[in-house]
Amino acid sequence: MDTTELERLAREIRLRDLRAVFEAGAGHIGGEMSVIDLLTALYFRVLKVWPDQPKHPDRDRFVLSKGHTACALYVTLAKRGFIPEEEISTFLQPHSRLNGHPNCNKVPGVETNTGPLGHGLPVSVGMAKAAKLSGAMYHTYVVTGDGEMQEGSNWEAIMAAVQFKLDNLTLIVDHNRFQQGAALADTNDIAPLRPKLEAFGWEVSEIDGNNMHEIVPALEHRGDRPHCIVAHTNKGQGISFMQDRVDWHHKVPNKEQYEIAVAELSEAL
Amino acid sequence: MNASVNAPKLYDCRDAFAATLERLATENEKVVAVCNDSVGSSKLGGFRSKFPERLINVGIAEQNMVGVGAGLANGGHLPYVCGASPFLTGRSLEQIKADISYSNANVKLVGISSGMAYGELGPTHHSIEDFAWTRVLPNLPVIAPCDRIETAAAVEWAATYDGPCFLRLSRVGVPDLLAEGHKFKLGKANLLREGSDVTLIANGTLTHRMLKAAEILTERGIGARVLNFATVRPIDEDAIIAAANETGAIVTAEEHSIFGGLGSAVAEVVVDNAPVPMKRLGVPGVYAPTGSAEFLLDEFGMAPSAIADAAQALIRRK
Repeated sequence: MDTTELERLAREIRLRDLRAVFEAGAGHIGGEMSVIDLLTALYFRVLKVWPDQPKHPDRDRFVLSKGHTACALYVTLAKRGFIPEEEISTFLQPHSRLNGHPNCNKVPGVETNTGPLGHGLPVSVGMAKAAKLSGAMYHTYVVTGDGEMQEGSNWEAIMAAVQFKLDNLTLIVDHNRFQQGAALADTNDIAPLRPKLEAFGWEVSEIDGNNMHEIVPALEHRGDRPHCIVAHTNKGQGISFMQDRVDWHHKVPNKEQYEIAVAELSEAL
Repeated sequence: MNASVNAPKLYDCRDAFAATLERLATENEKVVAVCNDSVGSSKLGGFRSKFPERLINVGIAEQNMVGVGAGLANGGHLPYVCGASPFLTGRSLEQIKADISYSNANVKLVGISSGMAYGELGPTHHSIEDFAWTRVLPNLPVIAPCDRIETAAAVEWAATYDGPCFLRLSRVGVPDLLAEGHKFKLGKANLLREGSDVTLIANGTLTHRMLKAAEILTERGIGARVLNFATVRPIDEDAIIAAANETGAIVTAEEHSIFGGLGSAVAEVVVDNAPVPMKRLGVPGVYAPTGSAEFLLDEFGMAPSAIADAAQALIRRK
């Protein structure tokens, strides 16, 4: 899929995500908007996956460590054919398998359960190490939030990835500068990330994480070390009144706001 | 039946664990060991010599260790994740919950030097909460073998079981109690001694003490049934209900806090199904003083004679 098509698809995913959160009355819309361009590029350009064989041993692994943005993943998986598109309307409903954080035993395409922060990268290190042990050619990608990088478990995994020479691992930090309750800069400001990762021996790229022209080549890059992409994104990307506003971490738009957001996201379709 | 308690030789169950794991790794190239700078204490030196690529040492980083185990299982491997039990379970409990139990990852967690094996090192190194922490997690069998034979059987069983489990091993020597060739059955207690006046239930390092207590009770004219409960979860409800109905009193003993461990698990079944007097022996909700594991077990009322006294007192409440 080319860049223009990816951009259009990302808009569609944003619209469907917005509607799902509006109808469910809950979700993490700010972080979903920031990460959707990355998810779109992964699932429609980069990842080697077979929706009809979600456990195919040669599949690339993808872990959404920032599991609270599950809705964005569900919409992406549905568009890619892992689950029925109409199932998105069950998001957060009683007995739906689409709960607020992804479940690997219920939702095809989900590799490991996430939700508590700082889990996805260690598990991804294990996935990449497994490929090294068996000679499998799959690549492992993991997306964390930037606030999530405050969790110490991530830094344990960052050290291990270099020790294990995991050139088959790509960490993407969705660097939208906001966490649940405040700006990253006002809590435990771990920025800048590049020198920290480089000091641990990683190769680091910095990109505009809402720009497909920068996302795709960064995701397709292969080197001889673990690769971290610091993806500079905007919380609430694509919706003017949400953008870079901390209160949209898990706020739900009212009807008027919803209609404005739909209009804005529809403009460029 | 009526297993001997006079075997003079004591065995470190870690040796049986290591020997079995090395054999499994020879037979199955997917078997890997993951540890946290614990090659020595997990007795993985031989494994490392034979399978250097398959010994994955993450350093002192338990949260990462458990996550890496989950990822290795996702990639088709069969990881045994080994570390001192207080740190494997306590330090990475949320990883055990989310990455292993909730994700149903095929990872075998091996808590080494559990209970008060590190007696003199103090309460930070005692692992007397690990039953409580792990047995509340769905999908996660919790197993504490009583001797080297049951340890080997449980380690072998784990390789064939399609799902996670937690094996709790000590480093304190115990005699052989089960017959060579014993096969581990998940959730099934072993009857080691028949008796109709009281039932003594234990696992791990306490089972042989229970047998000694039963011998003392015999000398006092009291018949004690002894059940070895290697599996704490899923608990053998049938054996507990039968013990309650047929003997009318149950004593449990464990190298664990009396809150949330084997005794609690037994009590839950008893109150729901067949209420009878019970006595739970263990660490009574305190941090232990300095001393060896053997000293501390005695200190907390789990010398064989003290267990016998507790059983005798309990019988009077029937």
